[in-house]
Amino acid sequence: MTPSATTGAARGAVPVRPAPSAPPATAAPGEASPGSRPASPPRRHLLSVADLGRGGILEVLHLADSFAEVSERDIPKVPALRGRTVATLFFESSTRTRLSFEAAAKRLSADTMTFTASTSSLSKGESLRDTVETIDAMGVDAMVVRHASAGAPHRVAGWVGASVVNAGDGQHEHPTQALLDCYTIREALARRRGGDAPDDFAGLRVAIVGDVRHSRVARSNVLALSALGAEVTLVAPATLLPPSLEGWPAVVSGELDPVLAETDVVYLLRMQSERMQGSFVPSLREYAARFGLSRERAALLAEDTLVMHPGPMNRGVEIDAEVLARSGALVTRQVHNGVPVRMAVLFLLLGAAPGGDGAAEAPR
Amino acid sequence: MSRTVCVRGGTVVDETGERRADVLVEDARIVEVAPAIEPPRGATVLDAGGCLVAPGLVDLHTHLREPGGEAAETVESGARAAALGGYTAVVAMPNTDPAIDNAAIVRDVLALGTGACADVALAGAITVGRAGERLAPFAEMAALGVRLFTDDGRGVQDARLMRRALEYAGSLGVVLAEHCEDEALASGGHMNEGAWSSRLGIPGQPALAEEAMLARDLGLVRLTGSPMHFLHLSTVGSVALLRAARSEGLAVTAEATPHHLSLTEESVASYDPVFKVNPPLRTAADVAAVRGALTDGVIDAIATDHAPHPVEAKEEPFESAPPGMLGLETALAVVYGALGRPGGDGGGGPRCTAIELFALMSWRPARIAALDVTGGHGGPVAPGARAHLCVFDPAARWVVDPAAGASRSRNSPYAGRELTGRVRHTLLAGEPVVLGGEAQR
Repeated sequence: MTPSATTGAARGAVPVRPAPSAPPATAAPGEASPGSRPASPPRRHLLSVADLGRGGILEVLHLADSFAEVSERDIPKVPALRGRTVATLFFESSTRTRLSFEAAAKRLSADTMTFTASTSSLSKGESLRDTVETIDAMGVDAMVVRHASAGAPHRVAGWVGASVVNAGDGQHEHPTQALLDCYTIREALARRRGGDAPDDFAGLRVAIVGDVRHSRVARSNVLALSALGAEVTLVAPATLLPPSLEGWPAVVSGELDPVLAETDVVYLLRMQSERMQGSFVPSLREYAARFGLSRERAALLAEDTLVMHPGPMNRGVEIDAEVLARSGALVTRQVHNGVPVRMAVLFLLLGAAPGGDGAAEAPR
Repeated sequence: MSRTVCVRGGTVVDETGERRADVLVEDARIVEVAPAIEPPRGATVLDAGGCLVAPGLVDLHTHLREPGGEAAETVESGARAAALGGYTAVVAMPNTDPAIDNAAIVRDVLALGTGACADVALAGAITVGRAGERLAPFAEMAALGVRLFTDDGRGVQDARLMRRALEYAGSLGVVLAEHCEDEALASGGHMNEGAWSSRLGIPGQPALAEEAMLARDLGLVRLTGSPMHFLHLSTVGSVALLRAARSEGLAVTAEATPHHLSLTEESVASYDPVFKVNPPLRTAADVAAVRGALTDGVIDAIATDHAPHPVEAKEEPFESAPPGMLGLETALAVVYGALGRPGGDGGGGPRCTAIELFALMSWRPARIAALDVTGGHGGPVAPGARAHLCVFDPAARWVVDPAAGASRSRNSPYAGRELTGRVRHTLLAGEPVVLGGEAQR
């Protein structure tokens, strides 16, 4: 495989490099061995948005732009990760996130393997370490890990040779969700303002509404949005806020209405019905009355306010179905953009040339 | 044939003071303490140059895991770890499987301790099976020498049951010990609640979960007049409550662990469950308060809460791993660094003299568990006393390697750390069970 073959197959000038352990042109794809993995590439795992910083976030977003273009093609596929294997390890079920990662891996021509808790040996009493070391031993280049416990991907990263992508760990983080959210905001701002998508969210006011306490999406988004310069307001009753917000680059409001007219983005979090058992709120009805984006409340929004939700939605609780028809509602766009953003993440972790500078050439 | 041991060149430290002296031991007893003893022919001479020679340490809070948890520790392996740490007596906690909640199990576990490298005393459970529902038979266990009773691992949640337990225990001359944790407040919490738990996304338990039960129990002590001991206190608020109870004159004693005076919740940022413990590691302010309470006598004793877990139990995500840390083999060095050593890791905080340090780790805990009376623990280092001795080299530097220790488990939060101060020799009733830092059996 050669660089020209790469771009040829991609029918255009997608500036990606050959797979790092690409065998000579005469060899069949898939001969890459784990042993040829670069010893210490600059970024081996994505565990937290904090690992990326502003520069790393922008690197992902820029690369996602070119992968978004790939996704529009008749054959939405590039051979960038041919011969590499991406395993999705979902110890907690999440069909949409798993499918999005698998689509991303397949569009990069990586082989994929799937592990879900229901089909696993966990029920046979195997420890997390044994489980992931077993999969690592099969020759996997990346593990996309979803787990119900915070920090599980951090532990996995300490045990395996593969790159680890955090696909959601307990109440801690969901970095690729925050990245696709930033990408989606950036895309919407570009469409509205015309011209290039902005790299700086300075002055952008974002309200994150709902169960921040239990939300990995909120933690990653607070880090990512603030790194790009946005002003974040968390809107929730005290029961649904983290016990301490010390060090969080965000302000807090206990009421939604005063925030609505003053915000550019309303980001609604999923409200889980099991929170009723813990007396975090008296009822879903009361929650919806105070914090749901009803039709009446949506009328308080400026016309171009963006409305987002990580899904799956409880219509009628966090958001009214009719509000989703607003021009600023980006929920479907978020899901759509998940694939190119995850392609960018996988490529940045796996697409580095051995012994090279590690980072892919930025498309522009 | 009699056995004679001469401990030469050290500085003797006990409740009566600190002086340069050699110690001559014949069989199980000390026969002479003097500045320069010429060892009799045939005596084993132990070099204590540069060392402190103190009464053997006493641990009020050890999990030996037997019966039921032999993969993690046994009475034999745990007692060997204790000896390596300078301990000559430990109190084994009753949260075994089955729990130590009746005379038959007490007899079995005491038998396991025969011939161990340290004297093994037992704490009995307050409630049957530690289920928190009905009283365990205190009297039949007390008749076998059990002095402390606790449901450790859990607090007794039912205030009325705890009241009855205190009233019933009063006439038996035993002491109830509480693991202060209000389960409704602590429920689902895996670390200290606060800035770090919020950032790390790990559900926390508030300091109030400990303090609320402590406050309740202090009220019950006032109501019943029965004494109580409080296990592993760890917060600013607990120290304040205990301080007030002391000035009021309530009959209470308390302990703190080496990890709560040397580590903070920030360690959990690694997500490594080796830092998971209950009560959880707290804030720097809590650490400072616990250190202060130890140096000014509000907390009586240091106890390890040595809690072995097999390797695989900690090879899990933080939230699924069991709480607990090893402690016996590192306790003295950790405490010496935090409280005793000039320029140690205590920063500008209060410091203890050698006498105060060994008070916290030897004679005060010995009295709380009545091991001074029953086993001659806690000193003094004087002719006629039982020869339980800890010879500690305060200058020795070593790197903690759990695999090299005697415990069957490896879950030390100090693994890989360099510590200053190490136990050189331990004598149990005159027998050198540790020589030059090596267990002799």
